[in-house]
Amino acid sequence: MNAVRRVNREKLLLQLGAPLLAILAALVITSVILATTGGDPFRAYSVMIEFGFKSDSQIWIINKAIPYFLAAVAVAVGFRMKLFNIGVDGQYRLAAFCAAALGGAVAFPSFIQIPLMILTAMFVGAIWSGIAGLLKATRGVSEVVSTIMLNFIAASLIGYLIQENRLGVVEGNLTHTENIPESGHFFEISTGQEPIGGFVIVAVLVGVVYWLVLNRSRFGFDLRAVGGSHSAAEASGVNVKRMVVSSMLLSGLFAGLVGMPTLLGESHNYGTDFPEGIGFTGIAIALLGRNHPVGMALAALLWGFLERTGTQLEFEGYSQEIIGVMQGVIVFCVVIAYEVVRRYGLKLQQRKVGEELAAEARAKSSNEAGASA
Amino acid sequence: MVANHDIDITVRRGTVHALVGENGAGKSTLMKILYGMQKPDEGTITLDGEQVSLSSPADAISRGIGMVHQHFMLADNLTVLENVVLGAEKLHGIGGGARRKILEISQAYHLNVRPDVLVEELGVADRQRVEILKVLYRGARTLILDEPTAVLVPQEVDALFDNLRELKAEGLTVIFISHKLGEVLSVADDITVIRRGTTVASVHPSETSPKQLAELMVGSELPTPETRESTVTDTAMLRVVDLNLSATDSDGVCRTVLDGIGFTIHKGEVLGVAGVEGNGQAELVEAIMGIRDPDGGEIVLDTDDISHAPTRTRRESGIGYIPEDRHRHALLLESPLWENRMLGHVTEKPNSGRFLLNLKGARQDTERIVREYDVRTPGIEVTAASLSGGNQQKLIVGREMSHRPKLLIAAHPTRGVDVGAQAQIWDQIREARREGLAVLLISADLDELIGLSDTLRVMYRGRLVADADPATITPEELGSAMTGAASGHLEHHPESPESVQDDEHVQDDEHVQGNEAPEDGESR
Repeated sequence: MNAVRRVNREKLLLQLGAPLLAILAALVITSVILATTGGDPFRAYSVMIEFGFKSDSQIWIINKAIPYFLAAVAVAVGFRMKLFNIGVDGQYRLAAFCAAALGGAVAFPSFIQIPLMILTAMFVGAIWSGIAGLLKATRGVSEVVSTIMLNFIAASLIGYLIQENRLGVVEGNLTHTENIPESGHFFEISTGQEPIGGFVIVAVLVGVVYWLVLNRSRFGFDLRAVGGSHSAAEASGVNVKRMVVSSMLLSGLFAGLVGMPTLLGESHNYGTDFPEGIGFTGIAIALLGRNHPVGMALAALLWGFLERTGTQLEFEGYSQEIIGVMQGVIVFCVVIAYEVVRRYGLKLQQRKVGEELAAEARAKSSNEAGASA
Repeated sequence: MVANHDIDITVRRGTVHALVGENGAGKSTLMKILYGMQKPDEGTITLDGEQVSLSSPADAISRGIGMVHQHFMLADNLTVLENVVLGAEKLHGIGGGARRKILEISQAYHLNVRPDVLVEELGVADRQRVEILKVLYRGARTLILDEPTAVLVPQEVDALFDNLRELKAEGLTVIFISHKLGEVLSVADDITVIRRGTTVASVHPSETSPKQLAELMVGSELPTPETRESTVTDTAMLRVVDLNLSATDSDGVCRTVLDGIGFTIHKGEVLGVAGVEGNGQAELVEAIMGIRDPDGGEIVLDTDDISHAPTRTRRESGIGYIPEDRHRHALLLESPLWENRMLGHVTEKPNSGRFLLNLKGARQDTERIVREYDVRTPGIEVTAASLSGGNQQKLIVGREMSHRPKLLIAAHPTRGVDVGAQAQIWDQIREARREGLAVLLISADLDELIGLSDTLRVMYRGRLVADADPATITPEELGSAMTGAASGHLEHHPESPESVQDDEHVQDDEHVQGNEAPEDGESR
């Protein structure tokens, strides 16, 4: 029993150790970069911390983190079975576009309008990722390649449909879909300053659902089993091909939500200025958060924090790009640290098991010797 | 950890010397030492009367020792010529000179290598010849072949052995690692047996039999897997009728891998299938498990036709499965033991309810399995990878038995398992059989097959070609049927155990396709 608890504590320590180690290493590397480019790293950090913890910054960070978190969840579903859904970006953009076009064309009361748009987005996201899943299951096409190509197709498709006299209207030098009626605006949580998007609640729910489905359901076990070993999962009775399609669909469902906080809470239409690239940020955040909902939430907040404080660094005479460097360095450090810690943990465990069994055997044989003597 | 100790081996020039031993006996470690990949703690290696110390493979190659690994080391997208000269460009260049040399070697030993073909277009046997040529090209006079026949079908094995004899005739020395005794006896001039990291005997093939070799390999203190009192009932549990399956191999050729397989296993019966690996046993298991979809025929479990049912349905309806390769097919190596306990039975109690997993139930039941099946582990949170092979296997057996299967498919259930665990696994199979379990046993260990089975079948090139009574048959007699030299109902000949082998009755197999053994007792 004692041994079990020790193994558990060790495991927890290793699990926490990796991200801490990674962030520490990233800090050191960034400091070196800051110093060599002529800035004072410690002043930069104090500026970041001071500015980042102002209350209006915190609200900004939370709002920014919501879509990041959703994108990370979408990516993480794939990661759990070793599928690399790089197409979250195209999935959420096409999803948001379709939801915006539909939402701009109809006017129902809120309790119909909002679910209608959200479900449309999820459906479109799932279709788009499902194509990659089907291609992989039936033709063996790598999902990495197909999802990247689907990103481009999605972008072109949107560009085609958003033109004036198709689905778009021109306003200044922007083109966007029809504005969504008031009934399609999502609620906000007022804070006395800028409000927090109500979608934060949906994001929390998504986190819970993700955790339940992946870690506590039979479906999730099958999915993780495929991630652990294709052959073992197949022999255990999982239909691997079907699982590839289902997990891509699930990933796409989550991806469909990524654009919703912006669409329903902020822009109320899909325009040429609709945020892009959140799907790729999601990959970094899923890696940083170890595919764990809490980890991903923290990572999303960290990302928001870095972006928020990056703007302030610019005012203080630092180049804003340093934030991009920092983010990149963190991801690198995290991936390396996890792999190092994982291998170290496995080795440690193997040795421990060996030692413990040897000790047991020795104890037994000396007991027997004692008994016979 | 001592993998090898007190190894004494003398290899004469111009001979084929076989090293035999069980998995994990230390053959590969010895080979690694001879090829300079690992350094011995003590002892000496003498080559042509000169004491040498080999510190790297390059060292070994320069002294004329070459190795053909079990897993080929070839670049698929390069031609044969390019693969051969890769890393040895200095010898004969990379152009015409190299091509001439390759053709010369190829002709001298009848290797039939075409230098300008892409490796990816070659089949397994051709690739192996390229590997051999690669070694010869580098000037090797001593070749080490690590289990070269594991990947070959019988005809290819014959061709390889012809090549080896050519090499021998030219004065080269071949060290041949294997645990297939029949092959060893047919090609080797000398045989060294290794057990638990030490050489236990050196014998001549003319003075020994597979049975003796097997005994030397495993040691005579091995517990016998015998089960004599019969528990066979009249109730059929698994009925396989005229099962056919074809598969496309790596060359893109469509081959028939299962050809009209038919048998019945009753409750309380162990049906053993003997055969050289690669004769369709793995495919038969996969067809019964639902991993491969048969082209024709019927599989009936109890009273349900499961010919095309998904794997999960089959497992839920009572098939337990101990796969041949536990790392690939039975375990999630990086997951804790209790998650491995759920693998394959995630839809069944105590692992889950209707949708959600029951982690507490699974953990508790894993504790029980660890206790009852004597899995040596400090706890159930450790990963499966950290257990030894024997303990992993005990966990798998415990898991499969915990769901009270009607039919157990056991493929090499004690392979790579230490002697103690082996006896325990045999006991568990025997006990379950007494309670009415039907078992399909596939094994390369003939003693295990003969000892555990109530009925024996021999599989050869995708067909069940012979059957035998385990009460009287000997491993030699079974072995000859495994190479296709005998078919039909095998009878024991007490006076001359070799008689089956000597019999020239190599006949068509049509005779024995049915479920029943042929009436006449002649050996066919």
